[in-house]
Parts: sequence; structure tokens; C-alpha cells
Amino acid sequence: MAKLHISSSPHISSKRTTQSIMLDVVIALMPLLIAGCIIFGMRSLLVVGASVVASVGSEYIFCLITKKKNTIFDLSAVVTGVIIGLNLPATAPIWQVIVGSVFAIVVVKGLFGGLGQNFANPAATARVFLLICFSGTLAGGVTPKLSSAPDLVAGATPLTVMRDGGELPSLLDMFLGLRGGAIGETCVLAILIGFAYLVIRRVINFEVPLIYVATVFVLSLIADNSFSVALYQVLSGGLMLGAVFMITDYATTPVTREGKMVFAFGCGLITYLIRAYGSYPEGVSFAILLMNILTPYIQKWTAKRPFGGAKV
Amino acid sequence: MRFFLNGIHVPHRKNTASMKAVRMPSPQAVTIPMSMHIGKAAKPIVKVGDRVYVGTLIAEADGYVSSPIYSSVSGVVKGIVDVTLPIGAMCRAIKIESDGEMTPDADISVPSVSNKAELIEAIRKSGTVGLGGAGFPSHVKFNVPEGKNVSELIINGAECEPYITSDTRTMVDKSDDMLYGIQRICDLLNINRVIIGIENNKAEAIASMKKMAESDSRIEVDVLPSVYPQGGEKVLVYHTTGKVIPAGKLPLDVGCIVSNCTTVAAIGNYLKCGIPLVNKCVTVDGGAVSKPMNVIVPVGTSLSDLFEFVGGFKGEPYKVLIGGPMMGQSVESLDTPVMKNTNAALALTKAECKGKTETACIHCGACTNRCPLGLDPRAFMRAYRCDNVEELEKLRVDICMECGCCSYVCPAAKPLVETNKLSKAKLRAYLAEKRAKAELENKKFGEEKKNG
Repeated sequence: MAKLHISSSPHISSKRTTQSIMLDVVIALMPLLIAGCIIFGMRSLLVVGASVVASVGSEYIFCLITKKKNTIFDLSAVVTGVIIGLNLPATAPIWQVIVGSVFAIVVVKGLFGGLGQNFANPAATARVFLLICFSGTLAGGVTPKLSSAPDLVAGATPLTVMRDGGELPSLLDMFLGLRGGAIGETCVLAILIGFAYLVIRRVINFEVPLIYVATVFVLSLIADNSFSVALYQVLSGGLMLGAVFMITDYATTPVTREGKMVFAFGCGLITYLIRAYGSYPEGVSFAILLMNILTPYIQKWTAKRPFGGAKV
Repeated sequence: MRFFLNGIHVPHRKNTASMKAVRMPSPQAVTIPMSMHIGKAAKPIVKVGDRVYVGTLIAEADGYVSSPIYSSVSGVVKGIVDVTLPIGAMCRAIKIESDGEMTPDADISVPSVSNKAELIEAIRKSGTVGLGGAGFPSHVKFNVPEGKNVSELIINGAECEPYITSDTRTMVDKSDDMLYGIQRICDLLNINRVIIGIENNKAEAIASMKKMAESDSRIEVDVLPSVYPQGGEKVLVYHTTGKVIPAGKLPLDVGCIVSNCTTVAAIGNYLKCGIPLVNKCVTVDGGAVSKPMNVIVPVGTSLSDLFEFVGGFKGEPYKVLIGGPMMGQSVESLDTPVMKNTNAALALTKAECKGKTETACIHCGACTNRCPLGLDPRAFMRAYRCDNVEELEKLRVDICMECGCCSYVCPAAKPLVETNKLSKAKLRAYLAEKRAKAELENKKFGEEKKNG
């Protein structure tokens, strides 16, 4: 008989790996990509493809240069790439897309020690970075190719319409994504499908996106005193995309369930403040970034209490 | 409304749940370790060449926290040898060559028990230890100190580990022994409430226990969700009574005694027939085993004899475990003997054992969110690697029961339980050193004072 193996217990484990979690997220993002392609045309695929290739490629080269183990097969770079792509308009110049992806992987993630060590959300940081650097080409929305509202102003998003005045798309169009915006952020239906998949697969807690959306909704309801404005608030911009795919990032948010809830509430608060009082029409990525800084403190405040461990 | 602690869903794999235990014939020889319990090893009282029978005392308890050991076969003592225990430590053992007759000792008699002291002495003499796996001498557990009140006796029939069904068989086949044991204990220790905690995946055992509960108004059955580790002592006490056992305290400190169902059955059997603990029902299972079944095994039988009895292996065993896959120990040799507290012998194939490779922690929080005791294994690992013992103390690594939930769920395959065990050892050494230093200081201070 061959030699028996010895190790510490437990001797069995769940099937879940980092790779399988990331694969689940990629699967959940697919409806958004498909919706983006339908709404904004096939160039969406080019933008997302470019950001994925740039993300994975820069991770590979970064590992090579820093003599680290090659980590591209954990698929986290693919997730970052897809999310960055979906956060950009379909008309984004490819070289700008590549700059954003390399920035996210190398500066935000790699330099801080790689997956799990970064304190800021790579996709959110990249979006903010691109928004500031290339506001001319990347900030606005793109008129949907497929639209029941042909009079929609090119380049305007519902958020800028709400700020500057103009005609808003119908709530149904908002839900289906027939409005100006980034590739993956407009179709709420597709985002909800992805949300359901991630919750069923237990990759994310359902209450985190819920608290985030609810916070913005309630604040808008109080401040604007209008149900439909509040509804437009939560359906527009990158709020839904951020709620499901960005504020649920593991590495840059608190680990406990309670901590994640506090994080989501904080993000909602900042998002609304930026939208209502800031000079930028959109606040999702800024909110995530600002809350990332507070993550260690939220973690400390919401740390679990050891069972029966009260000081005696 | 009752609250449940966190836990995980493990595969049940209770393949042998409906199989009545089969009695194994006497092996050619048994090797009975002197340390099958927590506490001091028993002292051998036989010498080479002595004739022994089933139930003959071969080693007596060495001190209070210890347990006597009886021969499990009839035959001749061949020698006092060294044996490797499942935990990897060496221990003295008595090797007995069996004559194959299994003749019971003529001196076996039913003990007369009419008060608490006699009950505790009878439990001690029965050689019963915690059969859930811990092996804590039962007479110590049931010897409730004066002034301590026991409001609940909790019978642990959760059996939350995958594969194992030996407790299930006890509850189904030996409910009369259990009932007798429970009633005598309750009568003499003045306990008025008995809760039998069972996971809801054991329909046959639940039915048997409910029937048993009908005959005594003190007994109730509590059907619990099948969430691992339901059978953990602190978890079970909290779920059945709502009481929180403070860190470093025992169930007795909150008025509870927790005892495994097979333990009370063994006590009941001894009180009824006077036969001490010499056999153990063991679940033999795992992907490499030809015919999984429950076997009644003489204590001291080697694993190779046991696996041979069930038809040997059908595949290459990758790991052989004593106990379940979540908390059991992997052994390096099939010479390892079955002990009093062995409840399963598993031969797992490579495909059944974990095969993930360690990657970077992604801070998913699965370990801490699933920990039934609210601990943070991720933080333990960080503190351990930085050698930060004060932090380990603050994080309460000492509470960890090594149930294995954190390692099981970790997507990065971090060796969390292993680190917890090492951290606990490190913390213990640090605290011992601190105590010794403080004592020395005290002594010095006292001398200085004396010398003026």
C-alpha cells in the first residue's frame, strides 16, 4: 500500500476557490455586456475586450517584472477589466481604455501587494481617474442606438438632464437601459439578473446593494419630496452597477456582514451628497473610493465578539 | 424566537445510517493503549503471560482524572509495548493475544448503586470516557461539586460530522441502555430536565428518541438544523438552552452537563449488566472502503484488522482517519488501534480530500462570518505570522474549538485551523511563562520583605 498522507484537520473542503468566485462574477456581468451591445452597438464589445486584455496583460507583465507568481488565472484581472469596460461609454477611445485598465491593475492593485492587499477598488479608482483625465471623451453618455426617445440629447445622461433641465426618458426606458450612459450601467434589468445570480451563488449578501440603493432613494425622497425623482435617482448613473458589482468587492470593503452594511450606507450617503451638491453629476465611484479609506475603521467598529468572551 | 450560531453546510454522506452494527469476531491480537482519555495514562497491572478474559481489569486509573482499562478479548498478555496514538504521540499499550473464545471474566457483577457516591464510583469503574471523541473521564464530569446545581442534562446526539453514524445507531438500537443510564443519573444527581439534541437529518434516531422520551417526563427531544458544528459543546448548549458558556468555563458553570448519547448508553449498560467499556461501535466508511458499515469492535483492534473485516479497500486510500473528516486525525499507519473514544475509521480517496492550492487571501470574510464562536481566523493568521502573542490573546484564539469551518470554506485554501492550533499552543506557552515569571517576582518580593 502507498504511504498514507497526514495533515491537520479538516480533511475535506468546499469546492469554492478564488477562481470560481471570480468566474461567478464574470458570469453575472455577462447580461450587462449583452445589454450594452444591444443598446449601444457592437463597439461596446471592443471597449470591454480592450480593457480585459489590457488588465490581464498588465497583470501578467507586472508579475513577470516583480518576479511574483503569475496570478492571471485567479480571474480577478478579468473581473476588473470587464467592470472598467462596462463603466465607460461605447465611444471611448481604445488607448484611453487601456490607460485606465493598466492604471487599475498596476497602480491601484499591484503596487499595494496584489489581490486582496489593495485598499481602493481598482475599477472605481480607474473610473474616477479616467473621468478626471479624459472628461471630454469619457464623462458623458452616448445616445442609445436602440431608443424609443429619439429626441434624447446626444451626450446627455439623465443625471445631467436632471441637473441642467431637459426631457427625461420614461421610467420603463430607464429600467431597460434605453438612455445615455456607460455600456454596463444603463440596463437595470440586466444588472438585476446579475444580482440574482450572485445572491443565489452566495457570492454577495443581498442586503449590501439593497441598503446602498435604499439610502440614496430615501435621501432623495426626503430632499426632493418626489417619488419619481427618487426613482430616477436610483435608476440613473452608475448607481445600480456600483451597487451590485463595485461596493460588494471583497478586498476593499469590511469583512463582516454588519461592516459591509455600514459601508453600503456610507456609500449611499456620499453618492447622494455628490449628486445633489457636487459639481460632478455622478458620485458612485467617488463614494466608493472615499468609503474605502474608512474600511479599516468600519472593520474595527464592527468586529465580531468572541462567543462568551466578555471580560470577566 | 431562537437564534442559531453560524456554521456551515457540509455534505452528510451518512451512507451507513440504516445499517445495524455488526459484531466483529475477535482479532488475533489487540493492542490496548493506556491513554484513551484526557488525563493521566492508566497504570498496567498485568504482566507478560497473565491470562485475561473479556472485562478483566488490566490497567488501573492513575489518579483522579484518569480511567481504568479492561481487556476486550480473552487470551494471554504478550507484552507491554509502545504504540503511536492517532494524535501522533507515543504511548504504552498492553498487547494481548486472543484465544478467539471471547470468554467473559467470571468476576463481572452488576454494581449496586443507591446514592451519588456509588454512582460516580460505578461510572469510574465502568471505564467510561467521553465517547463523542474527547475522551474526558465520565466520572469526573458527572461528579458535580457540592453547591453546583445542574438544571439540564444535555444528551449530544447531533452527530454533525460527515460519514459518522455510530451515535445514530446507539440512539436507534440502544435506547433502552440510554434510558436506563439517563434515569439512574437523573435520579441520583437530582436532575429534572434532560434535552436530547439531534440534527434533523436523522429521522430514525429522532423517532426512537421521541418514543423513549414518552416513558419519562423529564426527557425531551430537541430537533436541530443540520448545520455543522451542531454537536460542538458550546454550540449545543446555546441552541438547546440559550445559555452562553463564558470563555474558559465549563457547561457546569451555567448549570448544564453535556454528555454524548453513546456515553450514557455505555454507563447504562454497565449499571445494568456490569460489563465495562470494552467494545466500541465504529463507522467504517470512505470512498476507499469496499463495504461501508457499522462495526462493534473490541478496543485495541488494529485498523488493518478492522478494514479487513469490512472487505478491505476497493480503491487506494489517500488518507485514513480516526474520527470524522472535519475534526478527525489522519494516521500514518494501519497499526493504529481502535480506542474507547473512536467513533469512525475512514479511508478516503484522493478525490474526497481537499485538493485546493493556497492562494492570496481576498478578504471575503467567509472564515469569520461562518465561525460559530465569532472569531476571526484571518486575524489569527496575521498575528501568528508576526509572532504577536499579545494580539492572539486579545483576539481570544483560546476559545477556538478547531471545528474546521474556517478552513472548509476558505476559497484561498489557507491552513486556518492548523494556524489556530499553533497559535493556541504559542499562547499557552506564553501565558505559562508569564505566570512563572510572576511567581518568581512574587517570591523575590516576599524574600526582600522578609529580609527587611
